[in-house]
Amino acid sequence: MPEIENPTPSPRRAKTSAYPVEHFVADVSETPVAATDSKISDDAPTSLWREAWRNLRKQPLFIISAILIIAVIFVALFPGLFTNEAPNDNCMLSNSDGGPAPGHLLGFTQQGCDILARVVYGTQSSLTVGLFATIGVVIVGGLIGAVSGYFGGWVDAILARLGDIFFALPLILGAIVIVQVPFFRENRNVWTLVLILMTFGWPQIARITRAAVIEVRNADFVTAARSLGVSPFGALVRHVIPNALAPVIVIATISLGIFIVAESTLSYLGIGLPPDVMSWGNDIFAAKSSLRTNPMALFWPGLALSLTVLSFIMLGDALQDALDPKARKR
Amino acid sequence: MAWYLVRRFLQLIPVFLGATLLIYFLVFSLPGDATAAICGEKGCTPAVEASIRAQYNLDEPFWVQYFLYLKGLLTFDLGTNFAGRPIAEIIANVFPTTAKLAVMALVFEAVAGVVVGLFAGLKKGKLFDSTVLVVSLVVIAVPIFVLGFLMQFLIGVKLEWTNPTVSGDATFTELILPALVLGLVSFAYVLRLTRTAVIENASADYVRTATAKGLSRRRVIGVHVMRNSMIPVATFLGADLGALMGGAIVTEGIFNVNGVGNTLYRAVLNGEAPVVVSIVTVLILIFCLANLLVDLLYAWLDPRIRYA
Repeated sequence: MPEIENPTPSPRRAKTSAYPVEHFVADVSETPVAATDSKISDDAPTSLWREAWRNLRKQPLFIISAILIIAVIFVALFPGLFTNEAPNDNCMLSNSDGGPAPGHLLGFTQQGCDILARVVYGTQSSLTVGLFATIGVVIVGGLIGAVSGYFGGWVDAILARLGDIFFALPLILGAIVIVQVPFFRENRNVWTLVLILMTFGWPQIARITRAAVIEVRNADFVTAARSLGVSPFGALVRHVIPNALAPVIVIATISLGIFIVAESTLSYLGIGLPPDVMSWGNDIFAAKSSLRTNPMALFWPGLALSLTVLSFIMLGDALQDALDPKARKR
Repeated sequence: MAWYLVRRFLQLIPVFLGATLLIYFLVFSLPGDATAAICGEKGCTPAVEASIRAQYNLDEPFWVQYFLYLKGLLTFDLGTNFAGRPIAEIIANVFPTTAKLAVMALVFEAVAGVVVGLFAGLKKGKLFDSTVLVVSLVVIAVPIFVLGFLMQFLIGVKLEWTNPTVSGDATFTELILPALVLGLVSFAYVLRLTRTAVIENASADYVRTATAKGLSRRRVIGVHVMRNSMIPVATFLGADLGALMGGAIVTEGIFNVNGVGNTLYRAVLNGEAPVVVSIVTVLILIFCLANLLVDLLYAWLDPRIRYA
């Protein structure tokens, strides 16, 4: 029974409030009857995306990560704006492992190259690999997951087992195996690396998409479309996939960061991008031998790498908050 | 229950076979000369090449090769590496060190992750919670090799608290720092998972009932909240064993641990495909068994899961 005479919470309840005990029945005085049975009908219906955007704009995490990502993309597109130094032209061995000097803010690598220039010019390859691996994984994994979840039955069984097989190989291990293949050993570049990361990255997206599609599949609007004569595939593309997109976008954003880490890890192991491609992973690989004398040559590319990855993971986190209304209301 | 176990075990077999087949296919049947890595740039005489091809069954059709390989696997005969040393012996030699390292990392990430995640979840929205969230994001974002080198440089070289590298004995104290580095990223994931689950469960009906019955807060959290929050964490830890094995390649390289990861890495650099395939197969086997173990753990954690 609600205590109408005493609307203030009892002291005991206040004391335990750190541990959430929900109010079962709202006090009558708090909820005017009008609020419960009138609906403001001229309020435009808000879609999930519009609501998410409204929520995102207020999140500091989103703003910080968005600014960082835009900055990184800008650096990748126009590296020449951020350093006057050509990354490999003025490498002087006399500068080897040198500290900061006028015009060379971050000092020099072991080869006497300007660290800032190499970090700036290395942005492009890392970002390209991450971006295209993510796009590929979303297309391949998304399609497989959507088909698997929507059609069910033996299609689902086969695709799920296939996913399990690839899932049993962790990304780095799988990539290490695949570079054993002579074709990949001899053609190491950004695109083969994208292919390798895609090969072992798709099951995760497929799983997420499958779960999301199964949730949407039985929704009323899909049944309605089907009974109006839309083909199964048409309903999948037109109605199911757009509504199952939210969790996929979240995971894809985080995956972008993970792929950048994977690329640099492989490059660091000496089996990713070839040494003549400028990338943060390669720079860290080159800097590790002189770690004790010149730790900064490892620190700066490491910092650039970490900040980039951090911004994508933060963006994914913010998107998750915004696109999952259930989690937000808690 | 027993039937469930048998079924889960049987489901493992196609995954294991599929994964090994995939690796074997990738390494041995795609175009390219497998003897090139042994013979080097100078090349071998045709007779030597023929004997190498015979040794690794390269002249047989692909399926025959694969079944011969499986047969060897079942009898623990994994063949020899290019120097003639039995691969099974190599793995048996380095495996204990990596197992020790992985278990230490797993214990660290599980215990620390759950404890920190629990406190963050119970204090949702407070300063501790927000700090933990931001720090965990940073930990996830910084690649393991950057983190490893920084920790090695700070703790091993500058502060000299431990040896920067691990000796051949790989004693417990030497392995603490590598294990911390190895487990750090997963620690962040575990704490975030625990935190989310704790927040979700703390407002569940059965927890309210438990509180209403007058149970102590300690018992409500310890038994009702924690036990139910452990389910996603257990799933993660099972899958994470594979990631730890992958991460061991990097971590063991940084700290010079003579373990499976380092051996695998050397084999990759030397192009010793048989060694790579064998080690990865063993790792996949461990990964599959760990996931089976997690399934068993569910039964203990959540009696609602029925094993029909």
